[in-house]
Amino acid sequence: MFEVNQGIIQVSYIIATILFILALGGLSNQETARRGNWYGIVGMAIALVATLVGDVTQNLELLIVALLVGGSVGIIAARRVQMTQMPELVAILHSLVGLAAVAVGFANFMDPDRLSHYIGVELTIHDVETYLGILIGAVTFSGSVIAFGKLSGRIGGSPMLLPARHWLNLLLLLGALWFGYAFVAQSSAGGGLMPLIIMTVIALLFGIHMVMAIGGADMPVVVSMLNSYSGWAASATGFMLGNDLLIVTGALVGSSGAILSYIMCRAMNRKFLNVIAGGFGTGGGTTAAGGGEDQGEVVAIDTQEAAELLSNAREVMIIPGYGMAVAQAQHTVFEITKTLREKGVNVRFGIHPVAGRMPGHMNVLLAEAKVPYDIVFEMDEINEDFPDVDVSVVIGANDIVNPSALTDPNSPIAGMPVLECWKGKTSIVLKRSMATGYAGVQNPLFFLENTRMLFGDAKETLDEVLKAL
Amino acid sequence: MKIGVPRETHPGERRVATTPDVVVQLQKLGFDVIVEKGAGAAASFSDEAYAEAGCEIAASADEIWSGADIILQVRPPEGDRAGGLKESQTLISFLYPGQNPELLEQLTKSGGTAMAMDSVPRISRAQKMDALSSMANIAGYRAVVEAAQHFGRFFTGQITAAGKVPPAKVLVIGAGVAGLAAIGAAKSMGAIVRAFDTRPEVKEQVESMDAEFLMLDFEGEDGSGEGGYAKVMSDEFIKAEMALFAEQAKDVDIIITTALIPGKPAPKLITAEMVESMKDGSVIVDLAAEMGGNCELTEPGEVAVRNGVSIIGYTDLPSRLAAQSSQLYGTNLRHLLTDMTPEKDGNLVLDLEDEVVRGATVCTGGETLWPPPAPKLSAAPAAKAAPAPAPVKEEKQRSLAGPIIGMIVAGLALLGLGAVAPPSFMAHFTVFVLACFVGYMVIWNVTAALHTPLMSVTNAISSIIVIGALLQISSDVPLIKWIAVGTVLITSVNIFGGFAVTRRMLEMFRK
Repeated sequence: MFEVNQGIIQVSYIIATILFILALGGLSNQETARRGNWYGIVGMAIALVATLVGDVTQNLELLIVALLVGGSVGIIAARRVQMTQMPELVAILHSLVGLAAVAVGFANFMDPDRLSHYIGVELTIHDVETYLGILIGAVTFSGSVIAFGKLSGRIGGSPMLLPARHWLNLLLLLGALWFGYAFVAQSSAGGGLMPLIIMTVIALLFGIHMVMAIGGADMPVVVSMLNSYSGWAASATGFMLGNDLLIVTGALVGSSGAILSYIMCRAMNRKFLNVIAGGFGTGGGTTAAGGGEDQGEVVAIDTQEAAELLSNAREVMIIPGYGMAVAQAQHTVFEITKTLREKGVNVRFGIHPVAGRMPGHMNVLLAEAKVPYDIVFEMDEINEDFPDVDVSVVIGANDIVNPSALTDPNSPIAGMPVLECWKGKTSIVLKRSMATGYAGVQNPLFFLENTRMLFGDAKETLDEVLKAL
Repeated sequence: MKIGVPRETHPGERRVATTPDVVVQLQKLGFDVIVEKGAGAAASFSDEAYAEAGCEIAASADEIWSGADIILQVRPPEGDRAGGLKESQTLISFLYPGQNPELLEQLTKSGGTAMAMDSVPRISRAQKMDALSSMANIAGYRAVVEAAQHFGRFFTGQITAAGKVPPAKVLVIGAGVAGLAAIGAAKSMGAIVRAFDTRPEVKEQVESMDAEFLMLDFEGEDGSGEGGYAKVMSDEFIKAEMALFAEQAKDVDIIITTALIPGKPAPKLITAEMVESMKDGSVIVDLAAEMGGNCELTEPGEVAVRNGVSIIGYTDLPSRLAAQSSQLYGTNLRHLLTDMTPEKDGNLVLDLEDEVVRGATVCTGGETLWPPPAPKLSAAPAAKAAPAPAPVKEEKQRSLAGPIIGMIVAGLALLGLGAVAPPSFMAHFTVFVLACFVGYMVIWNVTAALHTPLMSVTNAISSIIVIGALLQISSDVPLIKWIAVGTVLITSVNIFGGFAVTRRMLEMFRK
């Protein structure tokens, strides 16, 4: 289109890279986060304009139409989405990155200039890069679609465990490797499309199978893992195209997702491989720890008494879990918080890293309900304060407040860090029934003398508590 | 059914078995309540307050004893009242059937049902109706108030312009409910509090209240008896214990004794010599006065001054805090009635299969049911601390070999790659590795609260993959062109959607 100096494009890419790094850096706290997002937008715009001006020689109108249509779809989706649906949205967006990586890889492979451009080792490396980009992209795509299905309830949340599933995974992996080899071998002769397609199908199956085997509460790990994959896919595509901007950005996103997965796994005291291998407690011996023994009796209270407990307290800690998201109770929670704070009660929130279905899920919900973020605390910040807390309110959470994680070395969740609300004076637990949590472990907290159970739908009961206040 | 609450007839008794607040709750269970005129007067609950809560006011006790189906009292009935209980009537109050065999006989003969609040079993479920604990709690608090009344100095230490005031030292013997309440009250007034108990498991509770637990240098004996109460100790133990008290008596200003063993006279723990050795102006509050007293010089019901030490032997400490104790006692009764009214229709059901009801019922239909069979589960063993988590040690041992092997393998793989790869690849690879490290450093700084925005923003910027499509869109091959257009379409959903939703989320984070 225009004669643009390649150097100028490179400089634009460098600027975009720096802006992306600043965007991620900006998220280190809430004050700078909004600025960080703008850095990201500006960086993306610079990168797009530079490529557009420098490399697009024809079909500009098609490109603009595609950008506008896609952009409006994206913005509408972003406007409409409920905050409780954020995990689904993030998952489906990941799938798009995966799909794009697959598409770019195939298009690149079909480019007739490819064989003249690369020769010998370079071609082999290029083919391996193409292959990797498509492989990771395909796994990201199908995995994210399944994750989306699970998070939005279109697919059952419980882990689907096929017999001999580890062998199946191994078989798929070997198959993918074999066809990868076949692809590289045939491509220098001009062929290789068939192995590439078969490999893609295998990768898609692998993605589906992997996420199907993972249960609801492990979703934070899955979502952040897919986040990481989408980055690696972009990075592999960058290698394929010899484009440093893609490589850097992909690596940033990839390591970000990897760190998030690590944080999530640590918060559940589980090994990453263990989560990915799927299922909880399939290692045996966990069912025995389940509901076998008689734990004693629970003390149930009604909303009136709960309201009384709350208004007589000085320190209240609210511990939200996935149940709050399901019941959409965050606004009522905030109203209660506001009422109590007006009465001079110090209300704070304690958030477990894996509460909800996505890293940081609870924080977003509370932010949506306008809960000021300076009263929302991380588990590590607040666990020592529990002895001073008069009333802890556990809303739809179970495993993250289970004392047996600390006291019972045989428990399947032993060693998992938990919010130690039982050290406070009283805990009110909102629950639909006495069913066990995701890990299938009975929670001794419910049977403690200083625990009161408030049964029912979180939103309805909280509405009544609010009224009673 | 109608619940009747007569005025307490025991001289000096100020409590009443129900309060206007509790009455409202009882009516919710379907009961009508009738209260004798002036029943709550001594506890500052006026007849008007009861009437306002929906009570009928009876002019005399006879009216209640003849008209009500359930009679609630604090103290056991006096005179001929017990014999006058009708078969259809249920009496609920403190009865102490162990100490009052004649009363038990009278009640049994009457044919009515009598339930003793002091016989409610000590199990977790029945805690909310444990009136003994409620009263002990009040007695412990009041003991400190009485001690402060007779003690001529501050509890708390102060440094004033007029000189330094040392804090009072308080010794609490017996860390049961009353003892713990006394510790809490004394501590909150600023005194230095020490506590002693024969049951080592209460050490933690004492220390949780910031008091010092006095350990006895004595091996192998545990004073915990059935139901969380103390039991009689061996002679050697008592000797060691007495030596400890003798030593403490010289040092402390106030001693509060709460040592009781169920069904036995109170152990004598503070001898006349110990009292003599205490400083002038010191105070002893003997909560066991009713059972003979823990101090040799205690005169039940009186304040005795011996060698300048005031020995308080009041037996009616809960009654001295009548409004509070009536409220708690009334609530205990209400909980019992709630459990016995499963339908909430005002009909009392005497279910003797229920462990709590069985334990409390001393007689019904002319049959004596006291003493009850031993409770199935004692509260004390259940309260024992869970075993400490087993330290996970395996990880340490293999933690070194793994990373070293991993690093060697990775290093070799990199060298191999470097040997075959062309320089252009290595340049990109360098950028890639450095970018991973930058990402690693930057992401660890992200606050956990922003993990979701982090994911949506990284998702948006990972759509940089659109560059790939932009490079391909100008291709002359139609298939490639259209694939590229499709890619631009889906990635732009991602770019715009990702940034927009991130912005929306970040807008919500407000201080």
